[in-house]
Amino acid sequence: MSDTAVEVEEVGGEFERTPVPKSKLKGWKSFLGMYAGEHAAGTEFMIGPLFLAAGASLKDLIFGLLIGNILAILTWRYLVAPIAVASKLTLYYQLEKIAGKHLVKVYNVVNGVLFCFLAGAMITVSASAVGIPFNVNFTVPENIFGLSSPAFSMIVIIVGLVMTVVAAAGYNTVSKFANIAAPWMIVVFAACGLSALTQMEITSWDGLLAEWDKGVNVVQAANGKVDFGFWKIVVFSWLCNAAMHFGMADLTIMRFAKDARAGWGPSIGMFLGHYMAWICASFMLAAQIKLTGDITANPGAMAWSAVGWTGIICVIVAGWTTANPTIYRAGLAFQSLFPSNAKTYSGVILAGLIATAAGVFPALSGELLGFVGFYGAILGPMGGVIFVNHYLAKKMNFTQNYADEAQTGFNVAVLLAWVIPVILALYFIFAQGLFPAYAVIPAWIGSSVLYVIIMKSKKS
Amino acid sequence: MKILKLISGISIGVLILLVSILSFTGALKLASINTIMLVGTLLWFAVTPFWMKEE
Repeated sequence: MSDTAVEVEEVGGEFERTPVPKSKLKGWKSFLGMYAGEHAAGTEFMIGPLFLAAGASLKDLIFGLLIGNILAILTWRYLVAPIAVASKLTLYYQLEKIAGKHLVKVYNVVNGVLFCFLAGAMITVSASAVGIPFNVNFTVPENIFGLSSPAFSMIVIIVGLVMTVVAAAGYNTVSKFANIAAPWMIVVFAACGLSALTQMEITSWDGLLAEWDKGVNVVQAANGKVDFGFWKIVVFSWLCNAAMHFGMADLTIMRFAKDARAGWGPSIGMFLGHYMAWICASFMLAAQIKLTGDITANPGAMAWSAVGWTGIICVIVAGWTTANPTIYRAGLAFQSLFPSNAKTYSGVILAGLIATAAGVFPALSGELLGFVGFYGAILGPMGGVIFVNHYLAKKMNFTQNYADEAQTGFNVAVLLAWVIPVILALYFIFAQGLFPAYAVIPAWIGSSVLYVIIMKSKKS
Repeated sequence: MKILKLISGISIGVLILLVSILSFTGALKLASINTIMLVGTLLWFAVTPFWMKEE
């Protein structure tokens, strides 16, 4: 998962309402470094094992992730980067020009709520590691809103409150710490994977495949047979960051690019985080199943078993450094809900409390495979509106940056073009059981087409 | 500065990554591998903040 945009927006805190000047632009290679640690986050400890738990075959995982990550990088390169380089504006300011400032507030709050659930999962991940020295393991209840043991719930609340206070008071310190921790975290992910292979006594490719399949069989014997095939892996790994590329959130960071080659920036980060880290994390669950028979994807316990205290520290740091900017960003979105004389940290405190409440339900973190697709399906379609506004508005003879031109704070055309495909996507996800990541591209296309139709009909 | 960077490199490159590779290949059979990795971790966080620039 990525929070690059968040960091630049808040830490940089500049050119938020003007195009980035030429003197501040960066070459494409600096984006490689900027993104390198961004996709090796706390979520990787949860997502990796969930592939095995979902019944994916190892070959499908290796080749599916390869193709999915390449597609994601191409999307950044050919969809986001050209628009970012041309406009040099943040997502929020660009949206404000098209949708109006009031509609952007709605978008921000929706974004904030989704961020809270993501941060909640990270609080659960960190708490799973904090509990290990105290011999408190988290058990995952069957009910999605079921609680774990009282001791684990208490640890989640303490961890969540500490993270909230730090996000409100010391965001920059944790952000700097995250930069320092990133290379170490990537190496620890690799060490965890190697240690898991050692624990499974793997000496050959066939041996690894056999152990993987045994792990899948054990999980499926307990949870029932499920299928997570090649194309599902491709689509998931392509679209798990859909809010950032299809949804254009990364306009905020790529606006600093000299040219569109900055779109290659996420390549190293993606292959470290969404390839190496996911696969290594999945090996940890396979090793745990072989050693103990326990099928619970408990990041703290798996990392402890793999590399001891280093693993515990890594899970806590990974969860914390992901949750911190996420809570902070959600807090900024919520701040608009408070009166103007409210304390500046009110929104962050509210976001932290919601995230902590979400973290208390461990089953939510086990739904990350679905959640990140759901997140993309809700926020991604706004990217379609930006795409149409950028490439088609002039060609098709309707007003570009409509809200700015018409001096309106609420462009109903954007609201309809966003909400109608999202409602349809939610219907197919919740009523028809569609895998959420499958809904992202249809919703994005739907949003784009609807915006063209509404704007054209408005003109006529 | 170069020495600090070298120490940081060794802390994660050797004490964490190389040790786990050698353990996997069977070239290193130490009961204290996890302790070595912890030393690498502590070394990284003790040394790196002194040279890593804020990007």
